[in-house]
Amino acid sequence: MAPYESDSTTAAEAGGLRAGRHRRRAARYVVPGAVLGVAAATIGLVPALADSGDPDLPEMTAQQLVEKMAESDVDQLSGTVKITTDLGLPDLGGLESGLLSGGSHSDGDGSAADPSSKLTELVTGTHTLRVAADGPDRQKVSLLENAAEYSLIHDGKDVWGYDSGSNEVYHSTVSDRSGELTKEDVPATPEDLTAQALKAVDDTTSVTVDGTAQVAGRDAYRLLIEPKRSGSTVGAISVAVDAETGLPLKFTLTPSSGGAAVVDAGFTQVSFAKPDAKTFDFTPPKGAKVTEADESGGAAQAPKRAQKPDEDLAGNLGGLTVLGEGWNSVATFDTGGEGLPTAGDDGGLGGFLDSLGSKVSGGFGSGTVFSTRLVNALITDDGKVYVGTVTKEELVKAADAAK
Amino acid sequence: MSPAEALRAERAERAEGAERRPGPLWSLGLLRSELLTTFRRWRTLALLTVLAAVPVLIGIAVKLETDDGSSAGGGGEGPAFISQITNNGLFLVFTALAATLPFFLPMAIGVIAGDAVAGEASSGTLRYLLVAPAGRTRLLLTKYATVLAFCLVATLVVAVSALAVGALLFPLGELTTISGTRIGLAEGLARALLIALVVAASLIGVAALGLFVSTLTNSGIAAMATTVGLLITVQILDQIPQLDAVQPYFFSHYWLSFADLMRDPVYYEDLVRNLGLQAAYAVVFGSAAWARFTAKDITA
Repeated sequence: MAPYESDSTTAAEAGGLRAGRHRRRAARYVVPGAVLGVAAATIGLVPALADSGDPDLPEMTAQQLVEKMAESDVDQLSGTVKITTDLGLPDLGGLESGLLSGGSHSDGDGSAADPSSKLTELVTGTHTLRVAADGPDRQKVSLLENAAEYSLIHDGKDVWGYDSGSNEVYHSTVSDRSGELTKEDVPATPEDLTAQALKAVDDTTSVTVDGTAQVAGRDAYRLLIEPKRSGSTVGAISVAVDAETGLPLKFTLTPSSGGAAVVDAGFTQVSFAKPDAKTFDFTPPKGAKVTEADESGGAAQAPKRAQKPDEDLAGNLGGLTVLGEGWNSVATFDTGGEGLPTAGDDGGLGGFLDSLGSKVSGGFGSGTVFSTRLVNALITDDGKVYVGTVTKEELVKAADAAK
Repeated sequence: MSPAEALRAERAERAEGAERRPGPLWSLGLLRSELLTTFRRWRTLALLTVLAAVPVLIGIAVKLETDDGSSAGGGGEGPAFISQITNNGLFLVFTALAATLPFFLPMAIGVIAGDAVAGEASSGTLRYLLVAPAGRTRLLLTKYATVLAFCLVATLVVAVSALAVGALLFPLGELTTISGTRIGLAEGLARALLIALVVAASLIGVAALGLFVSTLTNSGIAAMATTVGLLITVQILDQIPQLDAVQPYFFSHYWLSFADLMRDPVYYEDLVRNLGLQAAYAVVFGSAAWARFTAKDITA
């Protein structure tokens, strides 16, 4: 780096001086250009270099791998999970969560730290979770937010929810129903998701081992679960199973229509060492608002409020029957009502619903199909509802057959 | 000054430089005089006073709002960490930094950085600076070091003022991290210092950008306005969801990642990205500023 503008110009003739100077001036800009190129290349290359290829592991059959997963007895781990969900729902932005949690805020009796209202956020977008577990009695799941965090801590018989953004605490004991929320109601870790997927395995499913992969720096087998028949919206489920412990490390569900994964949840970092004991030690901070689960009616109602309206409907009416089997099964129930409000009788809502769905007709009569990338629902004009992870055509077929 | 004259001046300068090779001590002297000039300006002192006033205002506002026992922030509104201030005064440091980082701090940096070269040019003192056997590269490095020193001082002014106000108005003691675990006051203070350093480092990119802009023009005001304007533009673009493909390359994109230091265990991914991005900005715009400044005709 020469401190002076003109190091070798002194000897140059006045005529050549100008041109040489201009050239050298232009040449200086090569430096920032080159630096920019190196920076861009580094950003581009680092992920490519980190992907060090598929590891060599001894052959394993799908049967053996599933057994290994079943035998897996990892009860101490900590790690970071990245979960991306793209159900293809219309992007309501904050509207949906606003509607769901908004009630509890304005009523003043709910809590922002209520697990059921908080974890429904996972339904859309990309989220980073931190998980830690030490035996069956001590677990922690944290949802990382912008400059805030929502933690659900299970320590012995206490379950704490702490929302640092609003500084609110939710407390219940394990005997309460809400204590099981972490594991049962909101599958978020690759392990939970895989357990759900394996429940669906029967003779309509093909399960194969599809090579190996490296996940979170660990060697893993890739288990591929595919529906045998067409007609399902589920294209394939791929699970990366840790070769050493048998723990599912990554879960990917791709739709049959192609495109990005509907659900993609995987560890980005995992450790099987015993987590620090203070991880599970929670005392409500001074000044935080604490809501006890069984204290007020408000908290008890909160889980119900958090349910989607259609789940409410299903719960109230019951009479749920399942048509078909395996991946192409369709759940159906009768609302007993008159189907959806149409534009005619309730301008605003009917028109809005019509714009989201598409009209179909067939042997069953006519109705409206609401599509997402994974779940399709048909609501007939006479009030029957058919829901399944099947294509629109399959749904109509099921409705025809049921008629 | 005609090109021939400039050439002669340069030759004279070179001759002098060859006689008395500037040693490292001499560079320190240049840096010291730059620092003194910068920090003695009324403008700089006024900027620092405004920055010191922000935590005072936040602290008093939170104190007044929560005196009747209600919680601050109204359920997650307002700058990060604001609802925790009443638990522990130390959180005022984090809130104050979160409140000043998006605008006040980078604006102050933009003013100082934009003024660094263009200000000298517009007041006609740049020539005289270059007559001394400093060399342009060395002068530019000194200017950049001065701006970086201001980044650090400005951040520390906010942090120290916030700590003082927080200790006066609110209790100190064990604090709860945003992950729900508890850490002692000593560790809390250490993390606060670390956060202040990370915030100061987050401003490296803006500083380099400002310095580059400053070499482009001879008007100090124009350089400041351009830098602050760029800052505002980038902040707005960073809010537009349709641009999420390019947003990770904005210098301000990972600024709030300093909050990850309050997680337990600390979440490093975004912190590392932020520091890497700042380093990239510093190198790219620093070398662009060098290319421009060393090839520039200094006429004023």
